[in-house]
Amino acid sequence: MRPSDLLSPVPEGLYCPLGGFHIDPVRPVARALITHGHSDHARPGHGAVMATRETLKIMAERYGPDFAGSETVARFGEVVTIGDVTVRFHPAGHVLGSAQIAVEAKGMRIVASGDYKRRRDPTCAPFEPVKCDVFITEATFGLPVFRHPDDGHEIGKLLASLAAFPERAHLVGAYALGKAQRVIKRLREEGYDRTIYIHGALERLCRLYQEEGIDLGPLEAATVEAGRKSAGNTDFAGAIVVGPPSAFADRWARRFPDPVSCFASGWMSIRQRAKQRGVELPLIISDHCDWAELTQTIAEIAPAEVWVTHGREEALVRWCELAGIRARPLHMVGYEDEAE
Amino acid sequence: MQDFAALLDRLILTPSRNAKLRLMAEYFRTTPDPDRGWALAALTGSLDVPAVKPAMLRALVAERIDEVLFAYSYDYVGDLAETIALVWDEGGVISRSSEPVPLSPTLPHKGEEGAPAGVLDVSITESRKPSPLVGEGWVGGTTSTPDASLKTNTPSLSAIVETLLASSRADGPRRVAAFLDALDAEGRWALLKLVTGGLRIGVSARLAKQSLADFGKENVEGLLVNEIEELWHGLKPPYLPLFAWLEGRAEKPISSARAPFRPVMLAQPIEETDLPRIDPEIYAAEWKWDGIRVQAVSDQGVRRLYTRTGEDIGDTFPDMLEALDFDGAIDGELLVGRREGEAIQPGSFSELQQRLNRKTVSGKLIASHPAFIRAYDCLVDGMDDVRALPFRERRMRLEGLVAGSLASRIDLSPLVAYETTDELMEKRSLPPVPVIEGLMLKRWDSVYEPGRPKGPWFKWKRDPYTVDAVLMYAQRGHGKRSSFYSDYTFGVWKTGEGGDELVPVGKAYFGFTDEELVEIDRFVRRNTLNRFGPVREVTHSAATGLVFEVAFEGLNRSTRHKSGVAMRFPRISRLRWDKPPAEADRIETLEGLLGPDAG
Repeated sequence: MRPSDLLSPVPEGLYCPLGGFHIDPVRPVARALITHGHSDHARPGHGAVMATRETLKIMAERYGPDFAGSETVARFGEVVTIGDVTVRFHPAGHVLGSAQIAVEAKGMRIVASGDYKRRRDPTCAPFEPVKCDVFITEATFGLPVFRHPDDGHEIGKLLASLAAFPERAHLVGAYALGKAQRVIKRLREEGYDRTIYIHGALERLCRLYQEEGIDLGPLEAATVEAGRKSAGNTDFAGAIVVGPPSAFADRWARRFPDPVSCFASGWMSIRQRAKQRGVELPLIISDHCDWAELTQTIAEIAPAEVWVTHGREEALVRWCELAGIRARPLHMVGYEDEAE
Repeated sequence: MQDFAALLDRLILTPSRNAKLRLMAEYFRTTPDPDRGWALAALTGSLDVPAVKPAMLRALVAERIDEVLFAYSYDYVGDLAETIALVWDEGGVISRSSEPVPLSPTLPHKGEEGAPAGVLDVSITESRKPSPLVGEGWVGGTTSTPDASLKTNTPSLSAIVETLLASSRADGPRRVAAFLDALDAEGRWALLKLVTGGLRIGVSARLAKQSLADFGKENVEGLLVNEIEELWHGLKPPYLPLFAWLEGRAEKPISSARAPFRPVMLAQPIEETDLPRIDPEIYAAEWKWDGIRVQAVSDQGVRRLYTRTGEDIGDTFPDMLEALDFDGAIDGELLVGRREGEAIQPGSFSELQQRLNRKTVSGKLIASHPAFIRAYDCLVDGMDDVRALPFRERRMRLEGLVAGSLASRIDLSPLVAYETTDELMEKRSLPPVPVIEGLMLKRWDSVYEPGRPKGPWFKWKRDPYTVDAVLMYAQRGHGKRSSFYSDYTFGVWKTGEGGDELVPVGKAYFGFTDEELVEIDRFVRRNTLNRFGPVREVTHSAATGLVFEVAFEGLNRSTRHKSGVAMRFPRISRLRWDKPPAEADRIETLEGLLGPDAG
C-alpha cells in the first residue's frame, strides 16, 4: 500500500478513503476528525465529528450546541476502528484539547499532527512523539529565522515594561483561543496577581479554560466602568488588558489613554512585522514549533517520509532534502487564518 | 550586551519621543561604565568599526547555512542584519554537513546554554585590557566599575566594541563570528547593527543627548542639554568623565578640544501682542533667510561647521570649511549661490538641498552649487568669547571679522532699516529675494543666550502659503493615535487623459484639534473605498470628499512625486466641510509658486 492510499490531500482537507473521513476539513463533510479548536481547523456544519472532549466543548462554545450532526469523544491513546482503518489521538501541545491523529492500516501509520509545539504550556497536555511512516507537519514558522525565545523571558519583558511605564495600560494582543489563556496563566506563574482585564471576545473561552481546571486568577471585562475603578487614578493605568489583536486598531481601544501596544505571537521575532502593525512591545510567544523544534521533531520521529501542510513549506522540504528525508509539500489551502 | 540589545529593540518600536527619552535615561541610570558610554557613542553615531563590513558578514553566514535556506530567509525578512542575526545558529543545526541532533525532553533555550569556552576566554581578557581611548584628551582622574561581563556568560558591550576596534580587517570576521556565537538573536541583531554602521532606530544624536541631560538632572542642578552639547566635541567614548560628572561624582569636565560647538540662541515667533514693543531704537531688524542655520568656528587652525544642533557637517561642505579664514565663531545662514561681481546672489532652498546629507561631495557639485555663509552674529572674536556682550557690540565685531575674510564666501546679513511697524510689515510682505522667509527682530542690548528665551529675539515669518486640497488616503497613527486615521494624503486637480483627476501633492498628520481628528476619522471610516493594510483609500470624487485647507512653507520641484512638486512643512490649517471637492485647487496654482530658478 502506498501512503496516499491511506491519506491524501483533497480540496476539503486530508481524506482517508478506507475510513471515509476527513481530517480538519475546510468545507462541510459527512465525517470529520478534528485536531483542535482553532477556527481554520474546526469548522461548523459537518455530519459526524470526532475530537477530544475539550475540542468538542470549544466548538460548541464557538458555534453553538448544534455545530455538527453528531459528536464522538476521542480519548488520548485509545484505538478506534473506523471502516478499514484504526485511528488514535495523541496530545499535540498546541492549545487546550489539541491532538495529533494517527491513522493506521495494514501496517502503515501516518500521523497528522495538526498544529503542535514542543514547549511547556501550563494550559494543555504536552506533545507526544509517535513513531510513524509518514509524518504530516505544519510549517507555520518553517524558516531558520524563527527561533522562539523562552516564554519566561517574554513575560519578563512585559512585567519590566509595566514597571517602567506604570501610568500606561498594556494592551496585549493574543488570539482568543489558547494564546490569551497561556499568556494569562504564565503571568500568574510569574507572580502577577492583579486583576487582568479582558476583551469581550475572550470571556467565554477564558471561562471554559477555568472550568477545565486551569486557574487564570482574577479576570474582569475591560469595560469603561471597570477602567474608572481600576488601580490608578487614570483609566486602566498600569493594567494589563488582553484582547484579540484586531481590537487594538479598533475604536474599542480608545478607552485606554496612551496604551503600550503589545502582541504575543511568533511573528513578532521579525521586527518589521512588529513595526508595520504598530506594536510597541512585541512578545515572541508562539503556540507553534520554531525552526529548531520542527527539524528536531522530524529527526526524532524519523519517519520515512514527511508531508508539509501549510506555512513555509519550501524551506522545510529543503531541509529534509539536505537531511536525506523524503518530503513533499501538500499545498493545502485554508489554514493559517488563525494560525498565530 | 543584552541590556543594550533590549534598549535598541525597544527604541525601534517606540513612537513616542518622551517614551524614548525615558528608555534611554533609564538605561544610562542602570548600566555601568564603560558599557553605557559605548552605547552612547552608538546612539549618537560616534562609533565607527572599520574592521567589519557588510560583505564580510555575508561570507561569514555562507559558511554556516545552506544558501537556499538563507535566500528563503532573507527574502522573507528583508533586512540583512536581522536575517543573519536570526539564522545564525551556534549549534550548526541547519548547516549542510551536520546531522540533525536528537531531541531532548525539554528544549533548552539557546541563550541559556552559554557560550563555548573559547569565546568566553577571549571576550573577558579583551574587556579587561584598558582601552587606549579611555580618558584621552581629559584632565583629571576617572573611575571605573568592575566589568559586568564577568558575571554573565555573554560578552559585554564594551568587551565587544573594544575588541573589534582593536581588530584588523583580517581578524575582524573571526572575532565577529565568535561574538555572534556567544549572543542570542537579539544580541546578534544589536551587534550587527552596531558594526555595520547607522542604527536607524529613530533616535537622533540630539535626542540621545537630551536623555543624557534628563538622566544628569538628578545630580547636576539645572542641567540643560546645551551644556552637554557644548562639551560634546571634546569628548571621546566611552565618556567616563562625562558620566562621573552627571552622577555628581566629579567636576564638570573641561574641554580641551579646539573649535568646540556653542549652543545656539533661538527666536520666539512673534505674536500680535508683541508688536507694540517693536521700536527701531530697541530692536534691530534683519531678513530671515531660508537656508540652514550654521555655526562656523575657526580656532587656531581647527575649522568646523556645525548645524544648530551641534552636528558637524564640515565633510559635506569642504569648500565652506576652506573659506573660514578668520579666527573666532560666527552664527549665520548657510546658502548656496552665485557670485555676481563683488556680491553673492543666493539660490533657492531646493538648490541648497542638492548639497545636504552627502557624506562626500563631488568637485562638480561644489562648482555648480557653491556654498556661502550670510553671517548675522559673532560668538567668539579672535580669542574673546563675546556672547555676554550686547548684540550691538557683537554686530560690530562681526562686521570686523567678515571684512577681514578674504575668501569671499562670507558676507553680512544686512540690517533692515525701518521707522514704524507698519513699514516693517510692508517690507516683510515684499522681500527683495525669494529665499527670504520673513524678518528677524533682535534687541540691540540682548546677550547671546542659548535656548529660546522669550523677548530678546523674535522671528516674524511671512504668512504660509495655503492651498485647498482633497483628502485621498488616510493611514492609522501610532501610540495614542493608533485607533485613529490621522495621517492624510491629499491631492489637487490635474487635467488627465480621462478628464480631471486628483494627484497627490503631500501628506500631513497635524494642524487639527483632537475634536477635528474624531470628525475626520469618522469621515474616513464611513467613506472608505479600499483598504491597503493600515491605509484606507477615501472617496474623493468631484461631488463627494473632504477638502482641507493645507498650509505650507514652500514648494520644491520633485522627481519622486507624481505631481512634480513637494511641499515643505505641510499641515492641515482648516477643514472645509463646506467646500465641494470640485472647487479645490488645481496643480497649476502650485506650479505658479515654483520660481523659474527653483530647479
